[in-house]
Order: sequence, then structure tokens, then C-alpha cells
Amino acid sequence: MLTEIVGKPVPRKEGRSKVTGAARYVDDLRMPGMLYGATVRSPVARGRIRSVTFGEGVPWDEFVVVTAKDIPGENAVALILLDQPYLASEFVNHAEEPILLLAHADKQLLERARRAVHVDIEPLPAVFTLADSLARTQTIWGEDNIFKSYLVDKGNVDEVWAQADLVVEGEYSTGAQEQLYIETNGVIAVANAEEGVTVWGSMQCPYYVHKALLKLFALPPERVRVVQCETGGGFGGKEEYPSMIGGHAALLSWKAGGRPVKIIYDRAEDMVATTKRHPSLTRHRTAVSRDGRLLGMEIEFVVDGGAYATLSAVVLSRGTIHAAGPYNCPNVRIRSRAVATNVPPHGAFRGFGAPQSIFALERQMDKVAAAVGLSPAEFRRRNFIRQGETTATGQVIREPVDMAGLLDRAFELTDYQAKRERFARENAAVGAGGVKRGIGFASFMHGAGFTGSGEDYLKSIVGAEADASGRVRILAASTEIGQGTNTIFAQIASDALGLNYDLVEMAQPDTGNVPDSGPTVASRTCMIVGRLVESAALGLRQTLQGAGLLADEYTEGDWREACRQYVERYGALKSFSQYKPPPGVRWDDEKYEGDAYGAFAWAVYVAEVSVDTLTYETRVDDFVAVQEVGKVVHPILAAGQIEGGVAQAIGFTLYENVVWQDGRMVNNGMTNYVMPTSVDLPPIRVHFEEQPYEYGPAGGAKGIGELPMDGGAPAILNAIEQATGVSFTHVPLMPEALMRGLSETT
Amino acid sequence: MRAYLPDYNLRAPRSLADALDLMAREPGVWRAFAGGTDLMVLLEFGALQHKNFLSIRHLPELRGIEITPEHVTLGALTTYTHIQRDADVRREFPLLGAAGRETGGIAIQNRGTLGGNVVNASPAADSPPALLVYDAQLELVSASGARWIDYRNFHTGYKQMDMRPDELLRRIRLPRATGDLKTYYRKVGTRKAQAISKICFAAGARLASDGRIKDARLGLGSVAPTVLRCARTEDVLRDRTPDEATIKAACAMLVEEIAPIDDMRSTAQYRARVAANLLADFLVNLKK
Repeated sequence: MLTEIVGKPVPRKEGRSKVTGAARYVDDLRMPGMLYGATVRSPVARGRIRSVTFGEGVPWDEFVVVTAKDIPGENAVALILLDQPYLASEFVNHAEEPILLLAHADKQLLERARRAVHVDIEPLPAVFTLADSLARTQTIWGEDNIFKSYLVDKGNVDEVWAQADLVVEGEYSTGAQEQLYIETNGVIAVANAEEGVTVWGSMQCPYYVHKALLKLFALPPERVRVVQCETGGGFGGKEEYPSMIGGHAALLSWKAGGRPVKIIYDRAEDMVATTKRHPSLTRHRTAVSRDGRLLGMEIEFVVDGGAYATLSAVVLSRGTIHAAGPYNCPNVRIRSRAVATNVPPHGAFRGFGAPQSIFALERQMDKVAAAVGLSPAEFRRRNFIRQGETTATGQVIREPVDMAGLLDRAFELTDYQAKRERFARENAAVGAGGVKRGIGFASFMHGAGFTGSGEDYLKSIVGAEADASGRVRILAASTEIGQGTNTIFAQIASDALGLNYDLVEMAQPDTGNVPDSGPTVASRTCMIVGRLVESAALGLRQTLQGAGLLADEYTEGDWREACRQYVERYGALKSFSQYKPPPGVRWDDEKYEGDAYGAFAWAVYVAEVSVDTLTYETRVDDFVAVQEVGKVVHPILAAGQIEGGVAQAIGFTLYENVVWQDGRMVNNGMTNYVMPTSVDLPPIRVHFEEQPYEYGPAGGAKGIGELPMDGGAPAILNAIEQATGVSFTHVPLMPEALMRGLSETT
Repeated sequence: MRAYLPDYNLRAPRSLADALDLMAREPGVWRAFAGGTDLMVLLEFGALQHKNFLSIRHLPELRGIEITPEHVTLGALTTYTHIQRDADVRREFPLLGAAGRETGGIAIQNRGTLGGNVVNASPAADSPPALLVYDAQLELVSASGARWIDYRNFHTGYKQMDMRPDELLRRIRLPRATGDLKTYYRKVGTRKAQAISKICFAAGARLASDGRIKDARLGLGSVAPTVLRCARTEDVLRDRTPDEATIKAACAMLVEEIAPIDDMRSTAQYRARVAANLLADFLVNLKK
């Protein structure tokens, strides 16, 4: 057997082709006779379509034009509900909603044509804010503007208010955020009645697109094929949207008799029309004893889902379950709602609701600590959840957890205590226009995999196959989107089989060739799908051993020989593995109670900031991320996930402000939507603790991808509170808002 | 690319004379295309209204940095990178060096020109506040001759300039002997690089031996329809010591003199407040 590959920083599988430019993204592909597609979108947020007219100066007879009438199947993007049309036919419910599609071989002429289509819409009153939606200034969705609501109810929170020494209330909110993957959304489709539908594209979830296309074209599964091309980032932004753009390209190709159609969004279209992080509002009411024990938490959590249901119900679910954090509290009630507004639907974005509710909680925890006269750290220490205790949903934490240990480590790495005291002292002496400093932290957890019964419902499958030369291919629909799927799967499989890393490769995610291993979301790829990769790989070995071709101990040569003989005698050597929940897991979807996640990653993040009181700009000077994520499969990729997530969280906190005007993002370019650059970012110091998870792959890996998005915002605002003495409650905290906050208190 | 490219013409004249001839024959039809760093952004968005452009980047008459005892003269095609690489310019006109360093990213600094930054007439441009502080003069040339004008009178309104449709900006001249001017430059754009200014503040002044302010010069960007030399605030400062009362009076005048707006990048309130803060910071540091 070889030495273990898991835990080593092996080269990424597709690294060479990306670095040399050999990797082919969808916009690098060109097919004979290919047309380009464009989307005509709604200029207003809500209204009734009166007419569509085609302007002068365009040879319209050369164009392929698709409207809702041309849809062969159902005009709805199949996801959770079927409320979102591919093309609006009578009503529009958000600005930039697709109304009509155009295709032409000349990209230039296509753009001219897009501008020459005039859509006349009778405007209807629209709802743009969470508050207006809740107040039902207009009913714009269903009977009450509510996509989904949950109630988590642990203990009896109604009884604690009377006995509590202190009750602390707080209200917190977060804004939208754009995913800003480097590669914008793009697809190519070939579709006709004879050959069915094939879509190639940049995406996270090939089988989501597959499912949507079945409905759109009313075709059986075998007539639809979806292939993921090399993908330049997703962050959730390519979870649901590829079903939309993929369907559009396929509709154009279908109308064009099967000529390939390519649609690539430019940055402006991608930013203005596709999904963003859900804005949120959270209200906390916390009951606490004089000695700083949490007695009860009542939390109201609302997210703005935009115009259609899309994934809001599940975003809300994750946000709801994370809203009470890693604390032991006997009485918790969380009421949550996802509401409709007339803006483009908000969607999946790294963290998926958790960064929003954790932001509120970790600001509130500092507030409660101050109210009971304890330091933020001491207050949390008295309430950290421990092994055997239960979360808000009543999930018993069975694995060892040591939040206090993570806190100690993070404080040691940052010299937190000394800095906290020093900054307090120095800030008092800072005059007008000076720079004030602060240090703050957040403690939190993030559940890996689908919520509750989600994984059981998905029943993901992974395959492994070996050819006559002994090479192993992993068959999975889990996508490499820059995070390292290819590499960690190959590591896991090669360790499982004791084979060289180079002997294992990944099949291209192609629904015509790989089983449905579920979507590439929810920090599930390593923990859930990785475990299936491991067992599918082991299945190959068992098959060879069962056939008497391989001994218990073997060399690579033995393996190759066994594969050769097996394939010669029996044909293809394949093994499949399907998800089964770990024993003892229970989840009640009605009561929203039980084991919400297979495992949690636990973390304490510390941010150090300076606030320039001349310009009200905040700079993060240092950032330490300490987390327990189970076994670390690839140290460089894992650290990269944390660094990238923290950078994205810093953007969410201090820089990235979506400016809305009548339900449309008006700063839809990278010039005016200010994401931080490398010079704006602090050193991000990443430290892992490894507590193996019994049901994780490769000796106990858990999820990691979303975790680093969760802690940055509250840690930074907690630090800013130390620097300025002002408790800010909204992110992004732009300099303009910081100025207003300082003015109100001075 | 949202523009319909066949609608656009880009011509490359053989010489400056050819360019000026064409502009004289068809006034208003042709506009200069130098680094293109602003024009290409508009083109990409499909928002570039003007259709006919003269590429002037290759014309030697518009290039080069010339130093005489009285002036440093920069060709209109001088890039931000040229400025940063020229030790004399950097030493003598540090505000210009600072502006060059903080404009765009490296690619933009290589490509974007000082002349373009002036005639693009964006109120948010980063080098014009520095040029204002240095009392820059512009040479405008046309087929019928050349004229020099003071830069501070050049911008007459939002995107309006004292420049005829047949004229090109050829050179920018900076009077020397500003070496003992104490200068201050601050670009505020939320992020540290690749930002568009919310406020751009360039200033210079001398303190006489009696502690009084001589020769205060304030050039601001992003606080009015044009970049602005704040003459009235300078008047408040003239011959006064930079004490608390002076600072207060100057800040009050500055807030009155500028005319910031709310837009997608910031608010009028923020711009006014930060402009005043920066002025105070400049004045406080003048004594140090």
C-alpha cells in the first residue's frame, strides 16, 4: 500500500490545463452553424405586457424569435415550485424578467436587434422592500406574499421572560450580495424533436438543469443531456440560474431546427438579471440570567426572496436552523419567513441564509454580553454548546465539540486580550480625524450537507469504473467549480484503493454518462459525495477480490493485472454506491425538529480593524480563522476555501453594496459595485483543528465550503464597535453609514 | 460588447496636421481617441453616443515630457505610467505622481493619458485636482493655430469645456518653482485600488515665517459638476494662521463652495463632510 494521499497538497487535477489555458470553458466552444442568443428583458418591475413591437432597421426575417408560445412543454423553471416562467407571457414580476429570445449568427446584429425590440408594459404597483412585502402594501405572490415559513420551538420560551434577570432586544439586517464568479453565466444548446435536447454550460448542478429541461420540453429523461464544461466559479450563483439560461438556449435551438445556440451573459447582464444573496431582517429577544446564562431566545428571521420562489424555502431553512448558533439554550423559538418582492429572484450564495442569521446572532451576543456586564468572550464561554447538549432543533451533538478550545486558540493567535485592552486605551487618546482600532470575534457553526431529510430524499449515487489498464474513473455529477472537487475525489479514491493519485481521474459531469450524485452545494461535496466516492472505489476492489483476482495485500502491478483479467473475462468493471443516512438520524419536517445536519463544522473568527475617522473607511488589518472541520483532505485547497470565503465575507461586510432603483440593480458593473481588491484584504491566517467525523470520508472529513462566509461580518462589526463605540446593525456597512452612525452619537 | 460596432469609425491620421485638417473640415464629426480607457467602458456598455473617432495615440507631436527653466510641459499622451517613471516630475509635482499611482490599475495606468483625463471632463477624474493645484495651462491646437489657456477656466459645466470641436489638446504646461509647496493628496474611493473617486482632494500651500498661510491652493474632484479649484476657500485661508478658527471658517466655506450630489457611489452629505475633514487634516498637518 502507498502512503496516504489524503492530507497532502497534491497538484490539482485540472490545474495544469487551467494554468496553460488548455482548459475549455463554454465560451471557448464553437460549433458549426452556431447562432448566438440574446434575451429581451422587462424594463419595469411589475406590470402587464400590452404589446411587443419589432423596430425598424433590423432584418427580422433572419432572426430566430422565441416567445412563451413557442415552449413545447411547461413554461416554468422546475425547481421546488413551478411559479417562475421561462418567458413572461402576460405579466412581469421583476425588472429584467425574460420576455423574448432572439438568435442570429451575427453577434453584433443580435445586439442591435435586442435593442430594437420594444416591449410596452402597463405598470402595476410594485413591492421593493421586505417591510412593504410583510405589510402587504400590494399582494404580489400567492395570498400573502409569503413563499415559506418555519417555526422552530424548543422548550417553552413564553415562560422565561418573567424569570429572566435581563431581556435584551436587537434588530439586524443584511443586504444583497452578488456572487461575482469570474466566468459569467453561459451555455450552448442543441435541441430538436429528433435528437432531443443537449446543453453544455457553466454550472454547479447538471441534474438540476436536466430536471428543468424535462419539464420545459416535455421529454423523457433519456432525451435530455446536460454536460458541465470547465466552470469559472459559482458560489451558489450557478446553482439554479443555469436552468434558466440553459432552457433559453435550448428553446432557441429548438425553434432553429437544431442549430446550436450559444448564450453568454456579459457582466452587466449577469449582475443585473441573475440571483444574489437574500437580503434579511432579524429580530432578537434574549432572556439571560444575571450570571450570564442564556435562558431563552426568540428570533424572528425574514429573507427577501425576490419575485419567485426559486430556492428561498431552503435558504430560509438553513438560515433558520443556524439562527441560534453554537449555544446551549433551553428555550428557543425561531419564526422565519421568506417573502416576495418585485426584484429578480434572490438565490443561492455561499452560506445560504446562514451568514444572514449568524450575523444577527453574533452581534446580539455582544450586545447581551455588555448588558450583563461580561466580556463578549466570557459570556459566550458560559453558553457554548458541548457534547451531549442540544441545538435549537433539538439535535443532540454526539461528536466531541470544543468551542472554548477554538476560542482560546484564536485568542492566542491574535493576542486578543492584550489588543482589546490596548486599543481601548489608545482609542481614548485618538483626536479628531485620527484612526481608531478595534478587535472583535464571532463564534459559529455550519452544518454540512442538505438539511434534515434532504440527503435521504436526494439518494445520491456515485460510480467508479476501472479499465483494463487499471485506471480508475470516478463517475459523479458533482462539479469542479474551482473549489477542488476533482482533486479531493481522486485523493479519496486513491487512498481507498491504495493506488497512485495519477491512476485516478474524474469523468466529465455529463448526465448521459454519470449518475446523479446531487447538486454541488451545501458544503456536501466532500462530506456526503466524498464518502460515496470512497465506497464506490472500495466496491471495485471488493469485486476484484470477490472474483479471486486480487489478494488482500496488493501492489499497483497486481491491481492492473487484476483489472486486465476482470475486463477480459467479464467486461466493464463498475461499482456504484448510494447514500444511506447514518444510523439513528431522525428529522421531523413538520415540527422542524431533530437532526438538522449530519455534522457541523465549528469556528471562531477574529477580526482586527482600523477606522479612519477622516473618511469613515474601515480597513481589516488582520484576520484569524480557526475552525474544526474534521479531517482536512487537502491542506492548500482547504485553506484556499477559508481564505476565499473570508475575503468574500469582508466584501459582504464593508464593500459590496447593491444599489437598487425601482427594483433594479443600478451599479451592475465591477466599477461601481465595489468588491475588495487584494490590497484591501488583510493577511488571512487559517488554522484547522481536526476532529474526525465518523461518517465522513478519508478518515472523517466534514463540510468546509460555506463556513468561512459566516463569521466575517459579525466579527468585523464587533471590532468596529470596539473602535468607535457605536453598535452598527446593518451590513454592508458603507463609509456613508458609518459616518451617520458616528454623527448620531457624537 | 453591447455596442453595434459597424456604427463606429476609427481613423488613424498620418500626422497631427492631417488630424487637425480633418477636424477643421468636418467640425464636431471627429473626436480624439487616445488611451481609450473611458471610451471603451462606454462602448462595452453600448453607451458611447459619439460614433467617429480619430486615433491619435501614435502622433509624436502629442508625446513627451519637456523641461525648461520655467515649465515642465507634458504631452497630452503622457500616461500615468510615464508620470510615475519620471523622477523629475514625481519630485517636483508629487500630487501628480500620487494621482497617477491611484488611477485605475496598472493596465489603465499604462494606457490612460493625462490629456484624456482632462478632456474626458469627468468630475471624478483623479489627476485634474492635482493639475489645478499646480496652475496648469493647456495648449489647444487646431488647423488655424494654437492657444494657451489656464486649466482652472477650462471646465465650464458638466462635461462642458472651453474647447472648439476642431481643437485638440496638445500639451499641458506646469509652472515650476512649486517645490516648497507643502502638498496633500487623498483619493477616497472605499477600496484602495481600481476605485472611482467619491472625493478626490489635492492641496498645496506655503507657510510664511510668521506662520501665516501663503498661496493656498485647493483642487477637488467628485464634489461638483466639474473638478473644482476652490478659490473662495483659498481666500479664507490667505494670510491667516492655520488655527482652529481658521480651519473652522475654511471648512464652512468649502462646504458652501462645493456642490456635491447623491449618486450610486456616495451621498452629498458624505462628500461634503469628508471634503471638510480632509481640508482640516491638510491644515492641521501644515504646521507639522
